[in-house]
Amino acid sequence: MTKAAGVVLDVVDLTKTYRSGERPLTVLDGVRFSIQGGDTCAIVGPSGSGKTTLLGLCAGLDAPTEGSVTLCSHDLGSLTEDERATVRNKHVGFVFQSFRLIPTLTALENVMVPAELQGRNDVREEAATLLTEVGLGDRMNHFPSQLSGGEQQRVALARAFINKPDILFADEPTGNLDAETGSHIVDLLFTLNKVAGTTLVLVTHDLDLANMTDRIIRLHGGRVVSDSASTGQAADRMGLGSVQPDTLDEA
Amino acid sequence: MEGWVWRFARRDTRGNRGRLALFVSSMVLGVAALVSINSFGDNLRAAIDEEAKTLLGADLSLESGAPFNDRVEAIVDSLGGIQSRRTSFASMAYFPRTESSRLVTVRGNEPGFPFYGAVETDPPEAAQTYLKTGGALIDGTLMQQFDIAIGDSMRIGSVTYRVEGRLLQTPRESAAVMLFSPRVYVPLSRLDASLLSAGSRADYEVYFKFEDTRDADAAIDPLRDELREYRVGADTVKEERENWDEALTNLYRFLGLVGFTALLLGSLGVASAVSVYVRQRVHTIALLRCYGASTASTVWVYVLQTGVMGLFGAGVGSAVGIGIQTLIPRILADFLPVDVAFSISWPAVFMGSGIGLGVTLLFALLPLLSLREVSPLSALRSGIGSTSHKRGLAWWLTVGLIGLGTTGFAVVQAPTLTMGLAYAGGILVVFLLLAATARILVLVMLRRPPQQVSYTIKQGIANLHRPNNQTLTMMLALGLGTFLVTTMLVSERTLVSQVSLAGSGERPNLIFYDIQPDQVAPVRATIEGEGLAVMDAVPIVTMRIHSVKGHTVASMREDSTMRTTWAHRREYRSTFRGSLTDSETVVEGAFTGSYDGVGPIPISMEAEVARELDVAVGDPVVWDIQGIELPSVVTSIREVDWRRMQTNFFAVFPEGSLDRAPAWYVMMTRVDSEEASARVQRSVVRAQPNVSSIDLALVLEVFDAIFSRIAFVARFMALFSILTGLVVLAGAVLISRFQRIEESVLLKTLGASRRTVVRIMSVEYLVLGIVASLTGIVLALGAGWLISYFVFEADMVVPGGSILLIMGSVLVLTLGIGHVNSRGVYDRSALDVLRSEV
Repeated sequence: MTKAAGVVLDVVDLTKTYRSGERPLTVLDGVRFSIQGGDTCAIVGPSGSGKTTLLGLCAGLDAPTEGSVTLCSHDLGSLTEDERATVRNKHVGFVFQSFRLIPTLTALENVMVPAELQGRNDVREEAATLLTEVGLGDRMNHFPSQLSGGEQQRVALARAFINKPDILFADEPTGNLDAETGSHIVDLLFTLNKVAGTTLVLVTHDLDLANMTDRIIRLHGGRVVSDSASTGQAADRMGLGSVQPDTLDEA
Repeated sequence: MEGWVWRFARRDTRGNRGRLALFVSSMVLGVAALVSINSFGDNLRAAIDEEAKTLLGADLSLESGAPFNDRVEAIVDSLGGIQSRRTSFASMAYFPRTESSRLVTVRGNEPGFPFYGAVETDPPEAAQTYLKTGGALIDGTLMQQFDIAIGDSMRIGSVTYRVEGRLLQTPRESAAVMLFSPRVYVPLSRLDASLLSAGSRADYEVYFKFEDTRDADAAIDPLRDELREYRVGADTVKEERENWDEALTNLYRFLGLVGFTALLLGSLGVASAVSVYVRQRVHTIALLRCYGASTASTVWVYVLQTGVMGLFGAGVGSAVGIGIQTLIPRILADFLPVDVAFSISWPAVFMGSGIGLGVTLLFALLPLLSLREVSPLSALRSGIGSTSHKRGLAWWLTVGLIGLGTTGFAVVQAPTLTMGLAYAGGILVVFLLLAATARILVLVMLRRPPQQVSYTIKQGIANLHRPNNQTLTMMLALGLGTFLVTTMLVSERTLVSQVSLAGSGERPNLIFYDIQPDQVAPVRATIEGEGLAVMDAVPIVTMRIHSVKGHTVASMREDSTMRTTWAHRREYRSTFRGSLTDSETVVEGAFTGSYDGVGPIPISMEAEVARELDVAVGDPVVWDIQGIELPSVVTSIREVDWRRMQTNFFAVFPEGSLDRAPAWYVMMTRVDSEEASARVQRSVVRAQPNVSSIDLALVLEVFDAIFSRIAFVARFMALFSILTGLVVLAGAVLISRFQRIEESVLLKTLGASRRTVVRIMSVEYLVLGIVASLTGIVLALGAGWLISYFVFEADMVVPGGSILLIMGSVLVLTLGIGHVNSRGVYDRSALDVLRSEV
C-alpha cells in the first residue's frame, strides 16, 4: 500500500564537506537519487562512506554544502531550521541505532512525544495501541532503563509511527541488538511499514537486512557506486510478492 | 509557548529533581542574605519611625560648644515648654577603692530628660534616685572592667559621688559610642565647675518638651540662622530620625551589597551546574528537534525547568533569610539606637527573592542559550554530543544584562555611587582574574602536561581538563572564599598595626591634657616624681577662623558664590613652637619659628586644610581667639603624618606669637607597664583633678573592641559568600561524580587499586586548591594594598603565618569536600555503570 504517490525524496547533486583542521573533508560528493512513495530502500557502504551523513541530509537534520533535497515536495534548502523541523514533524519518522528514548519519560510518553509536538493532546490511546501492536502493552509505564534493548527499540518503532509519517528513516535499527532480537525488530519494522504504507529509508551494514528492501544504494567514499534493486528477500519473507526495482540513477 | 513545553518540562525533570535542587541550592544563601538584610532594614526603619522621639529624648534640643550667651538664653526662654539642661565633657574619673582612674564622658543632667524613652539602669530606680541623692550612674561595661560596685565612691574633679547604679541603655548613645568613651551620669547641680574653665572642651545642651500640638520644627526654623551665628545647633525629632535613617540605611545597604556577592557566586554555581545538566540532555534535545520541536521550544523547556527550580531556591532562600533576620539585631546590637522588633517585610522578601531569581536565571541563560545550537544530527551521531561554544548576539546581550544588572544593583544598594561602581568593578575584576587563572591552568595542563611524574599525578592533573570539568566553578568558589577571608585579615592587621606601631619604640604612650598654664610645673613634677620623663609639653590655644584672604567666614557663608567647608567652620586647637616635629614635612614655603611682634604672624598650615581653605603661601588668615582678631600670613605648608601618636596641628604658630593667649597644655610621657601607667595617672589626678589622661594601651584596647565588632559584622556577611562557595564546591564535585565513577570503573577494570583512584582524586583537588587559594591570596594582597594605600593611608601588613594557615585550611577543605562527595565512587560495580544511562 503506497501512502504518497510520486517522488517522496529527491536528492540532487548532494555534497557535504566538513572542515577537518585546516583541510576540507568531503564526506558526500554529488549524490543523486530519488525515492518513490511507498518504496523501501537501503543505503549501504563501508564505515566512513557517508551513509549516516546522507540520511541526516535527507531528513533535513543538517544542511548540505551543495545540492538539494526535496522531501515530500519541500525543498529543504529553502527552509529555515525550524521550518525543516515542522516538515519532519509532519512527514518523517525515525528509528535510531541507539534507540534514543528519552530516559525521563515512560514508554507510553516516549511514543506520545512526536504527536504532542504537533499540539495533539489526545494521543494516549493511540500510543497505547501502537505499543500493544509492538508487544509492549504491559510495559507502557516502564522507563527506558527498565526495558531491554529490544524492548527499547520497539518503543522507538511505535514512536516512529505515531504521526503516520510519509517516510521513515532508520539508522542501523538492529545495530545494537542481538541477532534474534534484531530479527524481531526487522519483522516489526517491515510489518508496520507495510501497514502504514510508509516509505522506508534505512542505513545498514547488514546486507541481509538491506536485501529485504526494494532497492539498495551503495556508497563508497561519499559517492553512489551502485543503485539497484535488491534480491527481494523482504518481499519473499514478508509474503508481500516482488517489488519493481527502481532504475539506476542516470547521474 | 506551545502547550507541550510545560508538559515535557515537567516530565523531563523526573529522576533529575534532586540534581536540579542541588543546582539551585547554591543560590539559597545569596537570596537569604538579601532577604534578611532588606527585611531587617525595613524593620529598622519602622522602629526608628516609631521610636523617633526616644532617639532624641525630647521634641527639640539646642547644643553649643560654649555656654549659651544672653541672646541664646533669651531664645531658650522664648521657646518655653518643659526644659532640661545637660553639660557634657571629658574628664578623669577616679575610683578610690580600687585606686584606678579612667577617662570618661561626664554628663551633668537635670531632672526631666529624657522626656521620651528612658534611661535604663540597674537597679531600675537608680535612673531617678541619682538626681535626688547627688550620686552617679556609670556605664555597665566600665564598672565591670574596673571592678566598681554600686555604693563605691567616684571622684570627678574635686567632687565625690556615690555610685548609685549601672547605665544599661541611654537615649542617643549606642554601645559602640560607649566603648570610645564610657558615660558617667551625675546631677548637673553637682558638677565641679572648675573643670569647665576656659579652653576646656564641653558641650552645653538644653532639651525641650512641648505640648503635643506644637510643631518643634516650626518653632525653631525661624531661629536657626541666628542660632548658627552663635554656633548653637538645633536638633528636632524629624532631623534626628532623618540622620539615623540615613546612617542606618547606609549600613544595611552596605551589608546587602556584601550579601549580593554570595548571590553572584551562587548564580555562577547554578550556571555551571545548568551547563553540565543541559550538556547531558543534548540527545534528548536533538531527538525533540528530529521530531519537529522548534529551537525556541526546546530552549523554553529548560528555561522553565531552571525557572521553576529557581523559584523553589528563592522560596527556600527567603525562608532561610527570614530565619537569619532574627539574628541580625543581635549582631548589630552595638550599633543600633533602638530595639528592632521582628516582623517579616514582604516587600523585602519579594524583592530579595525576585532579584535572586532574576540574577540566577540570567546566569543560567548563558548555558541555556547554547541549546539553540544543538543539531538534530546529534541524535544520529553520538560524536556530536556537546553544545556549541559559539557566542552570538543573545549571549553577549545576556552578559551585558548581567553586567548592567549587577552594576545597577550595586549603585542602588551602595551608600554612594562611587562605592557602588567600585564594588561592581572590583567584583568583575576578581571574577575575571579567577576565571582567567582557571582557563590558563586548564590550557597549560592540556598543552604542556607534566611528563616526568608518576601516572597518578599525570591523571589527576589531566582530570582538570576532562570534558564537562568543573575546574572554573571550583576555582571561583575556592578563590573567592580565600580572597574574602585574606582581604579581611590583611585589612584588619594593617589597621591594628597602625595603632600598635604608633605606640611602639620610644614614642610617648601616655598623654595628659587640659593642663592649665599654672599646672604645668606641678604636673611635670608629679610625672618626674614617678621616675618618668616628660617627653613633650605642648601649649594649645583654641581659636576659629575669622577671615581668609580678606573675606570673613560669615560673609563667605552668606555668599552663595563662595565655597566654605568644614575647615572654615571648625574650632582649631593650634600650638606655637620654634621648630617642626618629626611627623611634619614642609612642602611649600619655609617654616618660621619665631615672631618679633611686627606685622601679621607667620604661620604654617597643614596641606589638606590649606587645600580646603584654598590658601597658599603668602595668603592672609585672620584668627578669632575669644573675640580678639589675630592677623596671620601663611608662610609654609606642611604634610603631617597623622598616624603618629602625638600632638599634631592644622595650624602652627611661631614662638612669641601666642604667649599671652589663653592656652592649656598637653604633656606626654612613656610608661613601660600597666602598673606604672595607672600609678602616674592616679598621682596626677589626685593632685590636679581637672587634668585628663589617655593611655595608648587603652586606646588600643578600645580600638580593638570597636574593630572586632565591625569585623564580626563583616565576617558574618562574608560568611554567606564563603558558605555559598562551599555549597558550589560540593555541587561541582557532585556534578562530576558520574564521570568520576566511570573513570574509577575503567581504572578498576584496568587494575588500579582503590588507593590509586583516591590518589588521583587527591592530586586533582590539591592542584585546584593550591592554584585557587594562591590566586585568591594574590588578589587579596592586591585589594589589601589598595585598601591600605587609599583608605588607611598606611603600609600594608602581610600576616604570612595566618595566610599560610588560610591556604592550608582551603586545601584541607577542598580535599575533604572532594573526598566526602566522591565517597563510594570506587565501590560501584562496573556492570552497573556500563548499563546505566547518564
